[in-house]
Amino acid sequence: MVAALETIGLQKRFGGLTATDNVSFRLEMGARHALIGPNGAGKTTFINLLTGILPPSAGRILLEGADITRLSPEARVRRGLARTFQINQLFPAMTPLETLGLAVSERLGGGWDWWRVIGTKREIVDEIVEIARRFRLLDVLDERTANLAYGKQRLLEIAAAFACRPRVLLLDEPAAGVPEAERHELLETVATLPRDVSVLLIEHDMDLVFSFADRISVLVNGALFTEGSVQEVSTDPRVQAVYLGESVDE
Amino acid sequence: MAPPALETVAAALTRKGRWKIGEIVFWLVAFASLFFLPERHLLLNEIAIIGLFAVSLDLILGYAGIVSLGHAAFFGVGAYVAGLTAKHLTGEPLAGLLAAAAAATLLGFVTSFLVLRGADLTRLMVTLGVALVLGEIANQASWLTGGADGLQGIALDPILGTFEFDIFGTTAYAYSLTVLFVLFILARLIVVSPFGLSLRSIRDNSLRARAIGIPVHRRLIAIYMIAAAYAGVAGALLAQTTQFVSLDVLAFHRSADVLLVLVIGGVGYLYGGLVGAVVFKLLQDFLSGLTPQYWQFWIGLVLVVLVLAGRERLTEGARGLWTRPRARQGGSPEPVPTTPMRET
Repeated sequence: MVAALETIGLQKRFGGLTATDNVSFRLEMGARHALIGPNGAGKTTFINLLTGILPPSAGRILLEGADITRLSPEARVRRGLARTFQINQLFPAMTPLETLGLAVSERLGGGWDWWRVIGTKREIVDEIVEIARRFRLLDVLDERTANLAYGKQRLLEIAAAFACRPRVLLLDEPAAGVPEAERHELLETVATLPRDVSVLLIEHDMDLVFSFADRISVLVNGALFTEGSVQEVSTDPRVQAVYLGESVDE
Repeated sequence: MAPPALETVAAALTRKGRWKIGEIVFWLVAFASLFFLPERHLLLNEIAIIGLFAVSLDLILGYAGIVSLGHAAFFGVGAYVAGLTAKHLTGEPLAGLLAAAAAATLLGFVTSFLVLRGADLTRLMVTLGVALVLGEIANQASWLTGGADGLQGIALDPILGTFEFDIFGTTAYAYSLTVLFVLFILARLIVVSPFGLSLRSIRDNSLRARAIGIPVHRRLIAIYMIAAAYAGVAGALLAQTTQFVSLDVLAFHRSADVLLVLVIGGVGYLYGGLVGAVVFKLLQDFLSGLTPQYWQFWIGLVLVVLVLAGRERLTEGARGLWTRPRARQGGSPEPVPTTPMRET
């Protein structure tokens, strides 16, 4: 079966530093896959290669079998590869409504519409409401994003990516910095993402990794160190050794 | 369950597109001035033109976040093309406008690739450079442009074969104001559309804009061309209504003035350019009447005060007029004091 997302010999060098070292990785269809690794392991570089922010030095990236190595970030999004950011990348002056409306109308091909406001298209409104309900943003839709509680901003971060109707969703530490009180709401929406979306989770928080993922890959010094089921990786003494000195979040 | 949410969402989305009372009053007053103040029509014509020029700059600066110190490039090209069209091709003013808009759009397309390459400082320098280069070309090509003597002998037919230009500037003002109004409505449509919203998203966070699938470069090129066309039309209006084009249309101070106008009126809400144009021109008129030699000193002082005191505070009262109707929305709470970031 063709993988949802696959890299073949992916490599990224910055001068003498090899940030991504010959990574061949498969994200299966419908997978809940976690990518972990100590700080500086190259997780962020890997994500930036996948999403097209950085061009790779060598190797290929396939999205559902199609080569996307040379596509621009926005073209990859249109092909169905969306991401969230570890540090919120939102539009502070806009409302969640506008943010979602923008993403939805962009996907439905209305991004060049200049003669009418977004709300005049029924299908777009329907979809905004559906996404807002899924991510529990209905009650704050019309507030300035900058004024939202941090937990709501994190939800919007995921909702905006989800509004692109991705086939593959890359979640970069979705729960980072979310206070305990708002955490539950966020984890629940992540857990209930539809199964036809394949998810790659980049995460530090082992609780979240173990509760969410069914496979785990470990990245160390830019290279894939090991990969396996949650059971295999969590009991692997070598992985524990790698994390020695790293605080594994309780 | 679903319908109320749907209705609220649709209403909130379309709210921005609705005309506010303050806006309608603004345009009524503008058109009413056609029938009053006949001795001021020459000045009002200039205001309408610089207002359109400022709206053009606002489209790229206020909405797309592209800074420019050389916006006069498009204004000047529009002015020369309109002047040359009238002189050599046809005296029909609307044809001149179209030719000017087309030429400026083309220039906008070509230069967009230079401008969009860099960050803010690069953009300032590149836009400045483009305007300077064009200014020098116009100066050297005196066989075409008249060089330092200016382009003379522009004769225009009546607009649409009906409205003859008069010496009091009334037809000129009516013409400029109508063009301004039509283009303003178009700009207003653009900025609340998905396209306009995508520009704001690019300005606020281009990384995220790309991450939700917005082709950032193409959008910026598009708005740069639109803004160029607007500036070209503004330049054409000046050439047609004064029946003269001098090198001044490409001068640096013209780019600086229009930036000043936007700073006075405020960026990112279209009316800023118009309000700024009115204030700037009236101030200039008033001050140069008082002290013909030193009016720039006072303009400078006003600018410094404006920036230091913060325009937000000065215009807070006036703002209420534009944003009033949103208070009716029952469910959504009044935007809590939008804690503006205080400079320290």
